[in-house]
Amino acid sequence: MRNEKTLPLAQPPVTDAIIASHGLTAEEYQKIVQMLGREPNYTELGVFSVMWSEHCSYKSSRHYLKRLPTEGQVVLQGPGENAGVVDIGDGLAVAFKMESHNHPSFIEPYQGAATGVGGILRDVFTMGARPIASLNSLRFGSIDHPRTRYLLSGVVAGIGGYGNCIGVPTVGGEVYFDECYNANILVNAFTLGIVKKKRIFTGVAKGVGNPVIYVGSKTGRDGIHGATMASESFSEEKAQRRPTVQVGDPFTEKLLLEACLELMETDCIVGIQDMGAAGLTSSSSEMAGRGGTGVELDLSRVPLREPGMTPYEILLSESQERMLLVAKKGTEDEVKRIFDKWDLDAVVIGRVTDDRQFRALFNGTEVASIPISALTKEAPVYQRSVERPKSQDQLQQFDLSNFGEPADLGATLKLLLGSPNIASKEWVFRQYDYLVRSNTVVSPGADAAVIRVKGTEKGLALTVDGNSRYCYLDPYVGGALAVAEAARNLACVGARPVGLTDCLNFGSPENPEVMWQFSQVIEGIRDACIALKIPVVSGNVSFYNETDGVPIYPTPTVGMVGLLAKVSRVVTPWFKSAGDVVVLLGRTREELGGSEYLKVVHGLVKGTPPWIDLRLEQAVQNCCVKAIEQGILRSAHDISDGGLAVALAECCIGGPEKPLGVRVEMREMIRGDALLFSESQSRIVVSVAEENLAQLREVAAEQRVPMRAIGTVGSGRFAIQPLLQLPVEELRATWGAGLTGRLK
Amino acid sequence: MRWGVIVFPGSCDEQDVFDSLKRDLGQKVKFLWHKDQLTGHFDCLVLPGGFSYGDYLRCGAVARFSPIMKGVIDFARQGGLVLGICNGFQILCESGLLPGALVRNSGLQFVCQQVSLRVEETDTPFTCEAKKGQLLKLPIKHGEGCYYADPATLERLRKNRQILLRYVDAKGRASPAANPNGSVDNAAGVCNETRNVFGLMPHPEDACNQLVGGEDGVKIFSSIAAACAEREPRHA
Repeated sequence: MRNEKTLPLAQPPVTDAIIASHGLTAEEYQKIVQMLGREPNYTELGVFSVMWSEHCSYKSSRHYLKRLPTEGQVVLQGPGENAGVVDIGDGLAVAFKMESHNHPSFIEPYQGAATGVGGILRDVFTMGARPIASLNSLRFGSIDHPRTRYLLSGVVAGIGGYGNCIGVPTVGGEVYFDECYNANILVNAFTLGIVKKKRIFTGVAKGVGNPVIYVGSKTGRDGIHGATMASESFSEEKAQRRPTVQVGDPFTEKLLLEACLELMETDCIVGIQDMGAAGLTSSSSEMAGRGGTGVELDLSRVPLREPGMTPYEILLSESQERMLLVAKKGTEDEVKRIFDKWDLDAVVIGRVTDDRQFRALFNGTEVASIPISALTKEAPVYQRSVERPKSQDQLQQFDLSNFGEPADLGATLKLLLGSPNIASKEWVFRQYDYLVRSNTVVSPGADAAVIRVKGTEKGLALTVDGNSRYCYLDPYVGGALAVAEAARNLACVGARPVGLTDCLNFGSPENPEVMWQFSQVIEGIRDACIALKIPVVSGNVSFYNETDGVPIYPTPTVGMVGLLAKVSRVVTPWFKSAGDVVVLLGRTREELGGSEYLKVVHGLVKGTPPWIDLRLEQAVQNCCVKAIEQGILRSAHDISDGGLAVALAECCIGGPEKPLGVRVEMREMIRGDALLFSESQSRIVVSVAEENLAQLREVAAEQRVPMRAIGTVGSGRFAIQPLLQLPVEELRATWGAGLTGRLK
Repeated sequence: MRWGVIVFPGSCDEQDVFDSLKRDLGQKVKFLWHKDQLTGHFDCLVLPGGFSYGDYLRCGAVARFSPIMKGVIDFARQGGLVLGICNGFQILCESGLLPGALVRNSGLQFVCQQVSLRVEETDTPFTCEAKKGQLLKLPIKHGEGCYYADPATLERLRKNRQILLRYVDAKGRASPAANPNGSVDNAAGVCNETRNVFGLMPHPEDACNQLVGGEDGVKIFSSIAAACAEREPRHA
């Protein structure tokens, strides 16, 4: 519907109260006046408020993000575009990114999570890539919190509802529970797409006079100021803001996906970008910013869902399933033909200009005129104050000798296996179609998901990972461990990392202690990425994850992509046959600080996270990948939350086949609980046929990796001598029911 | 033989069917757009899985009105082979080519998992290469795959041996525990009376390669190919 012959509503005057309600400070407002050389009108104020919001401008994080290594031989597109792109050979590349949708998912879990998936999918296909796999990292409050079950059910159904319907498999992810997320859950969605190297598209507006074309769903009043909401702390009152959450329409997105990919086969497109946060405003101004051009939009031409929308609403709407593209002049009919085929709108709403201005007209009247640079590269950047929390030292103080060992270590293992963080996540995964596109080689539940690359011998391994408890206790080490563990997950299936994307979820940047955590996490990620030679190609920062002044644990989640030269060589975590030798790569130390054991058994979040030697980490990963490439490993599993005992149990019971047992003997001279549940890094438990043990020893020696044959795969019993012995079926039952049983 | 795979707006599995037939089985396949009329020679038409029209109304209820469906119905009435997988099954029920209906899973959630199926009948073009009682492992992935038929219809289905696949446990028993969605009589796939139209909820196209999901799905497609080898190509 057009806004025909209706005059724009008189714009409300810009008062101090209105400025404040837009989340702009007095200084920021002064800067706007200076940049414009006049006071902004109401519409312009709205445009500034979204473009200068933390969510869009990265004003508090930009200074630190520069520290991350973003270059590498295979990087075709680093941060700054809709998604990062990495070369995987054979003329192919992968585009991927992870993004948060935390606040909307807390307010309205189904739609919040669904539109999070929709948004990240658009970020990927706008690069010309067909999405072929999604993952997600989910953090909820305590499983016993009254709201958790509702949020978990809604988020999982929303992810499935959107991803299943659009036909992109959700192949993996992680689900964590901790009290710190009781009032601020995290929903981080990752998508990877595949694209021919020569057909990568970017969000750029070039060629003066080229048409700016609006495609996809019509614009409604939903989601106005979503970006601003994502840039504020939460409170009870704000949790009532349901109207700022958008509603997803996966069917339309599916049509949009197919139409865009079909159009990308032609030669019509100059640049294309998804209308995500801050909708039409950010997509058009960012494209012009990258192109060094200007853009003029006629808002009366924008397809609307309801009559009477004001320019302000049209510019700021975050209605889903919309894209903006700049086409070559003269190709308008071709574009329209393709979108007609898919029953979607495609309307020329503006043109590229040479004046480097963002200009919006409404029924012939100019309603906004702002220099593009003021909205993009000259948006404020803050170097916020940083202060190490005074309580940090006390947090790290922890003396294990003050705690006795549990009398029954078998019962302790069962307690851990049944705890929601470790228990089987099948209840979650079975609600996702993880098979569509027929590429899924390793399904959810393994260290990393693996998909084949059709038409090649290659495979892609995908994982999302992060341990916020570690980051809370020591953000630098926690940041490094997130990277190290993600890379280790990939090594366990036989893949070498090619790139990383991250979602950095933190409290308020205006809190110096939060900024200290942020800066430390970045340094940790940086050092691990440099040591392990993994470029950061895309990512997203989500601040203001706090409620009534209490921030969540600092939670960086890392999404990592690895490449297998021969996907047929892939290895899964689960033991394959009785008689195989079980081998531990790496070394176990008495490291229970920040462990799942300490939390579940003693109710403590204390100490320092496990120590990491990045050189040893690299060696262990190399050793595992080399052994897999030589075809000698039957299984490989990363040792992480819950330590060796939990990892061994998962090797026995976690697979799709009938469980196997194991009998191992431990000789380390450390406490029994530490031996079983220590979360020492750089460890992988593998199994090999006995005749290949010598060859594995050679590989380990060559990489200087400590290794020891600790036992053999058996049938019915799970035994770690001399500490515990249990029937494996009992472990399977406990692990299988740990989450499901608590959701009934 | 020639296969046609119909693409509805919201189809998701059309590429998987296409690739399995072409790459794994070396068949001749063509996509057919739902807005077009059915023209050309085909031996078997496949209605793939997905969410046609978003399944915002009843699953398959809108797709049955797509222009191509008139041709599909005529093709079936003339004895042409029609295979509906998942959403395709739903569309076939909605368009009256198959009896019964598919409703919300009894567990109310979308379910993606491997299931064991027992081949009940082998005197059809869709199962002729299988052995009676043979177990197949195929994945299901659906939210509305609970097959329902009223008692009279069910009686007719049994009498005419139209239930070709049943959900069973690892030992081959059609027990309630082996029923993943509450389907009546554990029915996973049914054919019409003339045995030339077949709908099933499991996805054979996702099990045509050892690397991804095993090769049990090949049985369905190779049965069709074998049956067609004995028939003349049909004009649509």
